[in-house]
Amino acid sequence: MTLIKTHHNRRSFLKVSAAAGGGMMIGFNWLTSCTPASEPAIAIPNEWFDINGYIKIGDTGLVTIFSPNPEIGQNVMTSMPMVVAEELDVKWDHVVVEQGALDEDAFKNPQFAGGSLSIKLGWDALRMAGAAGKRMLLEAAAKEWAVDISELSASEGVISEKNGERSVGYGEIASKAAGIEVPEELELKEPKDYKLIGTFQKNVEGPKIVTGKPLFGLDYEKEGMVLAMIQHPPAFGMKIRDFNEGEIKAMDGVKDAFIIDTTTEEPIWAETNAFNNLIAIIGDTTWELMQAKKALKVNYETVSDPENSEMHEQWLIEGFDKGNVEESRTDGDPDAAFAKAAKVIERTFTSPFMAHNTMEPMNFFAHVTGDSAELTGPTQTPEALREAAAKLLGMDEDNISVNMTRMGGGFGRRLYVHFGLEAAAISKQLGAPVKMIYTREDDMTQGTYRPAYRSTYKAGLDADNNLIAFSVKGVGLPEGPVFPNRFPAGTVDNYTAVKLGMPTNISTGAWRAPRSHFTAGAEQSFIDEVAELAGKDPIEFRLELFERAKNNPVGEENDYDAARYAGVLELVKEKANWGTSIPGMHRGVAAYYCHNSYVAQVFDVAMESGQPKVKKVWCAVDCGIVVNREGAKNIIEGGVVDGIGHGMYSELKFENGSSVHNNFNSYQLIRHSQAPEEIEVFFVENEIAPTGLGEPGLPPAEAALANALYQATGTRYYHRPFSTADQGQERIEIG
Amino acid sequence: MATFNLQINGKNQQVDVAPDTPMLWVLRDHIKLVGTKYGCGVSMCGACTIHLDGEAVRSCQTTVSAAEGKSITTIEGLSEKGDHPVQKAWLEMDVAQCGYCQAGQIMSAAALLERNPNPSDQEIETAMNGNICRCGTYTRIKQAVKTAAANSQS
Repeated sequence: MTLIKTHHNRRSFLKVSAAAGGGMMIGFNWLTSCTPASEPAIAIPNEWFDINGYIKIGDTGLVTIFSPNPEIGQNVMTSMPMVVAEELDVKWDHVVVEQGALDEDAFKNPQFAGGSLSIKLGWDALRMAGAAGKRMLLEAAAKEWAVDISELSASEGVISEKNGERSVGYGEIASKAAGIEVPEELELKEPKDYKLIGTFQKNVEGPKIVTGKPLFGLDYEKEGMVLAMIQHPPAFGMKIRDFNEGEIKAMDGVKDAFIIDTTTEEPIWAETNAFNNLIAIIGDTTWELMQAKKALKVNYETVSDPENSEMHEQWLIEGFDKGNVEESRTDGDPDAAFAKAAKVIERTFTSPFMAHNTMEPMNFFAHVTGDSAELTGPTQTPEALREAAAKLLGMDEDNISVNMTRMGGGFGRRLYVHFGLEAAAISKQLGAPVKMIYTREDDMTQGTYRPAYRSTYKAGLDADNNLIAFSVKGVGLPEGPVFPNRFPAGTVDNYTAVKLGMPTNISTGAWRAPRSHFTAGAEQSFIDEVAELAGKDPIEFRLELFERAKNNPVGEENDYDAARYAGVLELVKEKANWGTSIPGMHRGVAAYYCHNSYVAQVFDVAMESGQPKVKKVWCAVDCGIVVNREGAKNIIEGGVVDGIGHGMYSELKFENGSSVHNNFNSYQLIRHSQAPEEIEVFFVENEIAPTGLGEPGLPPAEAALANALYQATGTRYYHRPFSTADQGQERIEIG
Repeated sequence: MATFNLQINGKNQQVDVAPDTPMLWVLRDHIKLVGTKYGCGVSMCGACTIHLDGEAVRSCQTTVSAAEGKSITTIEGLSEKGDHPVQKAWLEMDVAQCGYCQAGQIMSAAALLERNPNPSDQEIETAMNGNICRCGTYTRIKQAVKTAAANSQS
């Protein structure tokens, strides 16, 4: 039996009313805003009873589960309620899901989407919410029948006497369950008893997505609302001085135009923003506002020197000696070991700045009045937005409500809250509800980019081809990419890792699997080359290193579990029939651990008309318990495609302080014909508490691709994007 | 400003807008049909795909004056009950991640199957290459197009 404490912090989990979700989407009543997990198999209730912050039960037995965290496509709106439903013990087709509003007291869970943490951090709270609900219903029935609770059992929405005739549905007893106290400890199910967790369940919002229902921030509408578009300076290091306000205000469809300032005191990390002062133009229609943007004549002032890509490349090289050391680790005596090594190999890997490019551009709705504010839109960090908005508006946090719409992609971009603050500043100045929207060009040139990186790896082998020395030094603008305590730390006696940062005025932020995606691509390509130098199979070479880390690890702070790391490699080796060869097919492998999950991938690449084509990808994943197999497979597949796309095609270059790419005609994202023909995903089966999958599927893909491309073309791919960057070797054109 | 009489999802609609207004914004801002999505505004991402007399077009590059007199279909009008073979196949394959691009993907796929009921892999890739999915659901989309093709023929 697993017991869980129900009392967190000062307040009991159950003494909180179901504040979440109420009145969230104006213009949507409950019947249209709820999302059936499938077509509800029972009638729509007349009356609902709040059980706790997550659960409402209707008199027909239909259950509403509020999903606490923001939905960016990682499918938590399906998987998180599945965990609640498992412990509550209701049929999934008796459940409807609603997006909860920001209310961390009610949810007892940090409400954010980042770091692949939703399932990991929510695991206890979600199970407790369900188990507490079930316990309350059982107690209500016990009281009703004047029997001891131990004489009752609950399953699939029905409470029954173990040795009797009577039974009652959750819906019939719910009115009496509301408000019942639960004990300080609750019993949770054992994983072997799960009925819902581990099954394949479809996205609860699928039916709305395929019929074009209003779900996203850009779709949000409220009576009396006006639209706003913004203009930020054309280059990093510039500031707006003034603009042709009179001309703009006189244009068709323009109601107002002014400069806003979103500067706050002591900005938190989520307030990263290169452009705190912006021009806002207000009107009723997007097209008219776009015309007004084109008619802007703006005077700018320069506040810091404009940068360009040549400078960035130079600084990444200089950073090797001059960079700020952010983290480092040394084991043994790497210098001495390299000096006596029989073979030494050194390789440098680079990657340019990149944009997030969520398909839905930044936007937010705000209605700020004298004493309160409503903020609704796509945010991965509603709590951070409220905190920042409270500072900006000079308002108590309790007077600011934040509601989350479904997001047209996140990838880290919507961890940053500037667009919510901009909407709030505009609404405050107007005194009216406003939806602020970015054009694609605004979005791609605003900043908050993935940093640019350069890492140099060096390995030394002894005469018997054992790895005796390893070094990595990585520079980033502005933050370095190296994780000193990750693999191969712990597997080699003489080891050094240094993470270095160099300043830039380009604003940067977290981008799906921050730093890990670059480091995995570089390290796992390098390991492939070291294995080749050692004359060893690339999987066997890695497994030998993990064997060392399992039995006799070097150092004590190794940030991975060597057995689980080896486990995904062994699984992918088996599933892909590694070691067999198919004529014309070229294979690469990579494995990486980040965000608490382990993923290994094998890529099969064929050359077709001189072009590489990814024919098949095998993925082996260890994320502990898999909550929803359907969503889990989908997000890993997406990670693979994203890894290929950004490894092959994407880069952001700068001239005179500006990104030279501002839309998809100059910034290349992967397309249908460039995606793998087939992706298969396998999970390591265990009962370890679950970890997330939003990020871990991406990092190995770039390296597995590079390693397969090497087999196909004879060229090692060190510099991103692979399709256009000079690899400094004889190479064939790809892409 | 001028008045335009439009036929959208089988209904007559009148709007008073500038003649160069793209259908994307007529649909979203004036008709309040927001299933058609804005992604790039330059015809590079396909999120805004609609049907004009049955042909898939990018509504961000289709002016209201060019659309007048033609039959306009949006994702909301593709089927009455959300049961077009392509929509059903999208649900069966559980295609969507964030879902933002999927209306455009579905409209491109539906137009493809209308003119080519049994497309090859390469024909699917060619027809769908203008629709970007940033989440990377391409392999599921291809499966869903094949599923829809198979289900339409059975």
